Amino acid sequence: MNVRVQSKQGVPALSFSARVKSGVKKNWYKFSRNKLSVVGLIIVLLIVGAAVLAPVIAPYPHHAGKFVDYANAGTAPCAKYWFGTDNFGRDIFSRIIFAFRGALYMAVLVLAIAVPVGVFLGLIAGYYQGSFLDTVIMRVTDIFLSVPPLLLALAIAAVLKPNLTNAMIAVTVMWWPWYTRLVYGMATSLRNEYFVKSAELIGAGRLHILFREILPNCLSPIFTKMALDVGWVILIGASLSFVGLGEQPPTPALGQMVSDGTRYMPDLWWMTVFPSLAIAVTILGFNLMGDGIRDMMAKGEYDRE
Amino acid sequence: MSLCRRREWGGYMKLSSYVIKRLLYSIFVLVGLSIVIFVIARVVPGDPARLALGPRAPQFAVDALREEMHLDKSLPVQYFYWIKGVVTGNFGKSLVTKRNVMEDIAEFLPATLELVLMSALFVVVFSILFGALAARYKDSWVDSLIRVMAYTGVAVPSFVLAVIFLLLFGYIWPVIPVLGRLSAGIQPPPTITGLITVDSLLTGRMDVFFDAINHLILPALALAVGPLFQEARIVRSAMTENMGKDYLAAAVGFGIPDHVITGKYLLKPSLIPAVSVMGLDIASLMSNAFLVEVIFDWPGISRYGMEAMLRKDLNAISAVIIVFGLIFVVVNIIVDLIVAYLDPRIRLGGRSS
Repeated sequence: MNVRVQSKQGVPALSFSARVKSGVKKNWYKFSRNKLSVVGLIIVLLIVGAAVLAPVIAPYPHHAGKFVDYANAGTAPCAKYWFGTDNFGRDIFSRIIFAFRGALYMAVLVLAIAVPVGVFLGLIAGYYQGSFLDTVIMRVTDIFLSVPPLLLALAIAAVLKPNLTNAMIAVTVMWWPWYTRLVYGMATSLRNEYFVKSAELIGAGRLHILFREILPNCLSPIFTKMALDVGWVILIGASLSFVGLGEQPPTPALGQMVSDGTRYMPDLWWMTVFPSLAIAVTILGFNLMGDGIRDMMAKGEYDRE
Repeated sequence: MSLCRRREWGGYMKLSSYVIKRLLYSIFVLVGLSIVIFVIARVVPGDPARLALGPRAPQFAVDALREEMHLDKSLPVQYFYWIKGVVTGNFGKSLVTKRNVMEDIAEFLPATLELVLMSALFVVVFSILFGALAARYKDSWVDSLIRVMAYTGVAVPSFVLAVIFLLLFGYIWPVIPVLGRLSAGIQPPPTITGLITVDSLLTGRMDVFFDAINHLILPALALAVGPLFQEARIVRSAMTENMGKDYLAAAVGFGIPDHVITGKYLLKPSLIPAVSVMGLDIASLMSNAFLVEVIFDWPGISRYGMEAMLRKDLNAISAVIIVFGLIFVVVNIIVDLIVAYLDPRIRLGGRSS
């Protein structure tokens, strides 16, 4: 209640920095109303921080590579090796931290390529609804959406050479259609809005209409979906690396560590359990944070019209 | 009454044209998918004929095979030859098993179908049960527990769950078998449908039936847990939303017994949103089966496809994906029909929301 009164009365008088401050405050309020979102944010910050500072944080940075220490192979979790060591004597904790790097790198790069491509195609198809271009783009989108994404990603990654880059290519190829469909739906309705019509009447260029009139109105669902998708990309990446179609040893990857561990069950159970937990916690963190961002983006009771 | 009948007839006419449209559309999607697969299979570096014959085969043999496989023709012509084979069920030979890919699929598909059906059964039964419970005891510990499970279920990929099951029930507490479809000493029943559970029931061999069920439980659960709790949440929110509707208050005022209200007037419309996403869930079940079958040593088409992928067996890869695409399309048509049955607005051709 307080917030509403303040913003309604204070709008004209507020300086730019004050407006930004109140915007941040409002968004944080909406985000943090659900405590689980905050938990998610903390998990994500910890993981991103660990990945970025991996060489500093990891107790044994050199274990994330070609390192062998048979004297300490298969040590159970203890004070020295928190999550134990694997069959080569490498510290699992350090390897998990380094594996976060590949997982996040993949998520960021896949979304950085797939989202602009998907959004662009969706904008064009939606704005030129009913045209030949629309038919071609949307039918191709439908075809890609008609197969389970993991399946086709597996197939693409399998025919290429197995490495992180090709895994990313495979996932990217499967990811853009979701954004095309999302933006298409919004663009088809926005093109009939008065502000678009009047921009057309004034004689605004097509690029201006697409990117300055229609796109800004699609942004919040796009960002919401991106926030929720990070977890999914990490999941698919882990699935690919689990079957050996991702980062190749000796560089650690979460799925690969789980699958290596299955060969040493049940004696070296920590080789499987801790990477599995790492995957679960990562995806959980990103999903919870994504939910918070969705709440933040949703038009709430405190927004000005 | 007669007006009502006529309206219903019109509805069914509309429904049938809807189904026809849906079928034509599916055929289009499958053709498109076949083109995508063909392109993927052809961009792979290396000569398919050379891959098929191995590195030590003489050049003239490779050339002869190239001609036989129409690899010397242009891409569209190649596609034409390939799709002609696909339509007649001829995907060519597998590099791994040296048999016709179609034979392999006929052998391995039933095991996967059995697994996916079992986990779909888990999803349907328990999601409705848990969803109804959570709605009935809203804001109690049951509701919170199911919510927590939904969050966890999404975050734990099914392959991780499968590995954990393997560790728990394979080594630490071996109460149910974890590997394969049947225990070592048990003779499989004669193949009728290929689904061991059904075949053993048909031939009246209960011991085989229970053994097969025991083997199914863990892999099916590993696949089902994620979608299950998601669906339960969807059922729950639809039910709590419908609970507040006027027509239910009217039904209560009419003196209709409680269980009829819950079972008929509340549950049925509340299932629509859950069933609609069921198609997507089947997709995730099928693709996750790829990893889960490998872990549980399940002799299904996914494990076969996985091996094909790791060995770049292109004919087998294309066939497996086409078969999965076909199943997926058929499942989605069935899901649409179930939704049409549940939702009279679609069935009777009225305005849909």
